[in-house]
Amino acid sequence: MSFLTLTNASFAYPNGYKAVDRVNMSFNKGESVAIVGQNGAGKTTTVKMMNGLLKPSEGDVVIDGWNTRDYTTAQISRKVGYVFQNPDDQIFHNDVYSEIEFGPRKLGLPEEQVKANVMKAAELAGVVPFLKDNPYNLPYSMRKFVTIASVIAMDSSVIILDEPTAGQDLPAMERLANLIETLNQEGKTIITITHDMEFVVNNFHRVIVMANRQVIADDDKRAIFWNLDVLERAMLKQPHISRLGYSLGIGHNILAIPELADELAKHK
Amino acid sequence: MSIITIKNLSYQYPISESDALKDVSVTIERGKLYALVGANGGGKTTLCNVIRGFIPHFYKGDLRGEVLIEGKDIREWGMGELSQKVGYVFQNPFTQISGVKDNVFEEIAFGLENLGMEPGLIREKVDQVIRMLEIDYLRDKNPFELSGGQKQRVALASIIVMEPDVLVIDEPTSQLDPKGTEEVFKIIELMKNKGKTIILVEHKIELIAEYADYIILLNEGEVAMQGSTREILTDERALTFGAALPQYSLFGMEMRRRGMDLGSIPLTEKEAIEAVKTWMKKGVNA
Repeated sequence: MSFLTLTNASFAYPNGYKAVDRVNMSFNKGESVAIVGQNGAGKTTTVKMMNGLLKPSEGDVVIDGWNTRDYTTAQISRKVGYVFQNPDDQIFHNDVYSEIEFGPRKLGLPEEQVKANVMKAAELAGVVPFLKDNPYNLPYSMRKFVTIASVIAMDSSVIILDEPTAGQDLPAMERLANLIETLNQEGKTIITITHDMEFVVNNFHRVIVMANRQVIADDDKRAIFWNLDVLERAMLKQPHISRLGYSLGIGHNILAIPELADELAKHK
Repeated sequence: MSIITIKNLSYQYPISESDALKDVSVTIERGKLYALVGANGGGKTTLCNVIRGFIPHFYKGDLRGEVLIEGKDIREWGMGELSQKVGYVFQNPFTQISGVKDNVFEEIAFGLENLGMEPGLIREKVDQVIRMLEIDYLRDKNPFELSGGQKQRVALASIIVMEPDVLVIDEPTSQLDPKGTEEVFKIIELMKNKGKTIILVEHKIELIAEYADYIILLNEGEVAMQGSTREILTDERALTFGAALPQYSLFGMEMRRRGMDLGSIPLTEKEAIEAVKTWMKKGVNA
């Protein structure tokens, strides 16, 4: 049963600019999905409709039986959490602990539960050493993890990450991968916007491609990354290893290094 | 010939209790592209700040060792004078765009105006840069109405127009999509071909493999490894110091582990294609 569904959802800004045009998507509980596409394709506007930050100007967004038109963002945030693309749009406390604690506290959870949620989220995001620090004394990449922890602490069923991989180094990428996997295993739905195709290959199965304010493909990663027509329309490239397989004319569905090596072993 | 010489540099930020840079020695040759890589917090941006004189002139703190730009110590350079020698492009183009100009043309002219250059000459130089970077279609737009990639190209243009010998570019593509990233790298390549010395902080390691001449790998404030791009990016030890390696190198290493050695570790897509083709031919012959 689908937990989160967008049906012909469009969004137009007050000046009339249509940022998303009749988008259809649905997500089950416990799924992990990547959304890819160039800037301006409508990715962020689409996910902002999923937690009620934006209400569709046409069509419907239904979460666990709730139509977002009938609920406030505060109510929806119990079900769907959104981590902003720019951490500075989200952070507003003077120390990391208070920042993470704000959400669960507003949910009215008992004191011990608030504390447990904060510590679990801080550990997953790797921000435990900075709990007393002012978030703005931390580098951009670490501030991003503070905002991720703040959303994890809400314990919502769906978590949306908007470009978590931007500007991240190798250890941070590993932490992100581990965090997504852990939350997924807990049965949470993880929706991630990213430009990093290797990150998609390593951490997701299903990929949604957006271009020109619409969904142009929604499929298994292997089907997406070998559909050159879709990639071209979205101005995206195959992952590096797929490209290598394509250029060499070997394997028609290779995504990662071990697969390419396996394929070459046959030619030995 | 070296344009920047750094010897035994250590630096501590004013309220910090430990050194952000520890005994760093680096020589930067004129006209080459150096990539600074490594985990965040390793000292990449701090080193950039030393090279552009923000350390010690703006941040103060405790600077030890020697930093020579064209043979003259960084402490003796005036900031105004240094800003014409070393151009700095911010990670976030929002930080860089002045906010006091309503169109791209004037934004790019801003630096030269501040140098008191004669208006006719400014127009000429700005026109030239706009043509060179192929951003003529943006010239009358408001800098704040541009997309991220367009903003970053305008930010680059506003530094390039000052004609510095050295360009320090700090994570120019971290907030950009693939198309924007490609456009920024086209400009970086153009500057390299013009003989500029470029110091680039960047996480996209496949692009570094493609464009950089040398790599300086910083880890916890120290230079963990430095050398030619090939030397560093084909060395698995780089991973243990928190640096990424290109997919193509990792592929070559995997092949080697499986007893299917390609003969060399490829760095780029082109090299990988060549290496596999040669390897397959050999396989057939054997």
